[in-house]
Amino acid sequence: MPRNARMRLVSIPLLALLAAAPTLAQGDTLAQVKARGHLVCGVSGGVAGFSMPDGQGRWHGLDVDFCRALAAAIFDDPDKVRFIPQSSAARFTALQSGEIDVLARNTTWTLSRDTAAMNFPVITFFDGQGFLVRKSLGISQVKQLDRATICLQQGTTTELNTADWFRTRGLSYQVVTFANSEQTLGAYESGRCDAYSTDKSSLYGERLKTAHPDEHVILEEAISKEPFAPGVRQGDDAWRDLVAWTHYAMIDAEEAGITQENVDRLRGETLSPEVKRILGLEGKYGQGLGLTGDWAYRIVHHVGNYGDVFARNLGDGTPLKIPRGLNALWTNGGLQYGPPIR
Amino acid sequence: MTRVRETLLPPAPPPRRTGGPAGWLRTNLFSGPGNTLTTLVILAGLALLLPPVFRFLVTDAVWSGNSGEACRPEVAGRAVGACWAFVGAKINYLVYGSYPAAERWRPNLFFGLVALGTAWMLWLDAPRRGLGAVFVFLVGPLLSYGLLSGTAVLGLAPVATSLWGGILVTLVVSLVGIVASLPLGILLALGRRSELPVLRYACIGFIEFWRGVPLITVLFMANVMLPLFLPGDLTVDRLVRPLVGIALFASAYMAEVVRGGLQAVPEGQGRAALALGLTRWQAMRLVVLPQALKVVVPGIVNTLIGLFKDTTLVSIVGIADFIRVLEAARADPRWSAPTIPATAYAFAALFYLAVCFSMARYAAFIERRLAAGERGRA
Repeated sequence: MPRNARMRLVSIPLLALLAAAPTLAQGDTLAQVKARGHLVCGVSGGVAGFSMPDGQGRWHGLDVDFCRALAAAIFDDPDKVRFIPQSSAARFTALQSGEIDVLARNTTWTLSRDTAAMNFPVITFFDGQGFLVRKSLGISQVKQLDRATICLQQGTTTELNTADWFRTRGLSYQVVTFANSEQTLGAYESGRCDAYSTDKSSLYGERLKTAHPDEHVILEEAISKEPFAPGVRQGDDAWRDLVAWTHYAMIDAEEAGITQENVDRLRGETLSPEVKRILGLEGKYGQGLGLTGDWAYRIVHHVGNYGDVFARNLGDGTPLKIPRGLNALWTNGGLQYGPPIR
Repeated sequence: MTRVRETLLPPAPPPRRTGGPAGWLRTNLFSGPGNTLTTLVILAGLALLLPPVFRFLVTDAVWSGNSGEACRPEVAGRAVGACWAFVGAKINYLVYGSYPAAERWRPNLFFGLVALGTAWMLWLDAPRRGLGAVFVFLVGPLLSYGLLSGTAVLGLAPVATSLWGGILVTLVVSLVGIVASLPLGILLALGRRSELPVLRYACIGFIEFWRGVPLITVLFMANVMLPLFLPGDLTVDRLVRPLVGIALFASAYMAEVVRGGLQAVPEGQGRAALALGLTRWQAMRLVVLPQALKVVVPGIVNTLIGLFKDTTLVSIVGIADFIRVLEAARADPRWSAPTIPATAYAFAALFYLAVCFSMARYAAFIERRLAAGERGRA
């Protein structure tokens, strides 16, 4: 391939001048991160509630807080992380080439992605394709959308999911597709469609963009499974463990009632062996991960438990007001279940 | 026989005025039925178009507020146009991206350097313009690089390019394209006309290759594919990769523009210069190139304006340029209101319009000035 050769030739003098960050795509990611002094995290950059910059360029969101938790566990400093927005086209390459250490980019875990090039250690958010409809329609279930017109964005799996779901139930429907979410929402608002369908987590943000958010409702039902998971490179089990347990620590902390607010108090006065194990007062569980004993304490202290993070970025503390739903703890009827720390 | 008037004629009224506003209107706008009709159609179009735009951008605009709620009609209690409060709240992000707040004086100084360099080159009577060129093409870029990314020599903390964003990145990308493509383009154009076959074919190959691939392909290669081909322990900064791509791409186009100018200079000019005892290089530098470049000023500016706008393509490969940060900023649910997307794009349009229009005006000024030189010689 002459083009590649040329690109390579062109880049050689530059390498001499500008090659800066040393990167090893293989091997011990944790050691590299420690040596570098900061974590590099690929995010989507511009998805409400998951990763978005504020007016000063600081990043916020569920994916962002996950990376901050990882940095807190490693460095005891949630700010030792650098966020690199990844386009959906470049995200997997960026991970493979070692440009990023972890991909926290609301990426759906699928078999083909898992086997192709990366590993998904843990599901951080359970999403699914949902429907936004007008309240005035009085619809509460997706099957009531029989013979409805549905607005979708082109070239996404939503089209396929919708076709599958309606056909298997013998319902008829009509689809109108648009190039981007603006046009799709515009068509839905202007009355061209009865419903607007995309991932539920996005629908809450889309609803806010309508002229009268109160007049629209998001159906509770989801017609597809979209488990969002951080991605890591294959072949580094220790790093994979650390990424998974960062999430589990936040889940276990919530289940044990440890919040960002009370964690320092609990650390001093708790008698519960479970809380002691999580906070590193008993046992040396951080060592197995290549970290210090207080790794989970650092996460909760700096970033919070899963409930704190959810409320701050997606839940009632935000205009999105996404209900916990499947993301509630298993003890509350949800799917978030953390293996025990012991 | 001759007839001689013996009495004075009675004084006639002065001829109808052709000066003044009325006269100007008549000659310029209503000089015939066809022109009158064209004028009326255009005026009607403007009357139809401008008031709503003005209403949206100014009259109905919301200028202050703490969240998108302020830009909802039911909260504002009136029709709502552009939500400039949104731009105000996000302006730091839109200009600097995630550049650390404490270090923002560095991009500011960089903007100052750009202004200084531009003024130096644009102001034709400025002192030491030769030095200005050295500043713009050599000292400026190096100084800017050291300033923005931080060097130990200057005692500045390093700021990773992943933190750069917004107008800063758009300026960096297009300036690199402009500053690199002009000299590179001229060299390539000269090389393409060289008598040495190896050099000539190398230049032709280079130009045709880069003109033959779309810019978006170049960017994807640079940011998606290239990292896979490089050995694992080598990385080129992810902002530098598309920068190189854009610089090479732009220089291929620039080379063809300059070649057009070189061909427009009669061959006799170069020969006459040689006959006067100038060396080949002197003849090229003092006689042929100045005439060639003068001819292609519109083409060069056209290419530069195109390049400036093309730089938004880097947003597709994940570089946080101006358009990309606008997109990210308006994902904020605290700032979601019906007119926010339109506001964001209106702001982008105004920014690009301001920059491109200035470039076009400057080109027009240069052309007038060079044309004046032509008249003086004749």
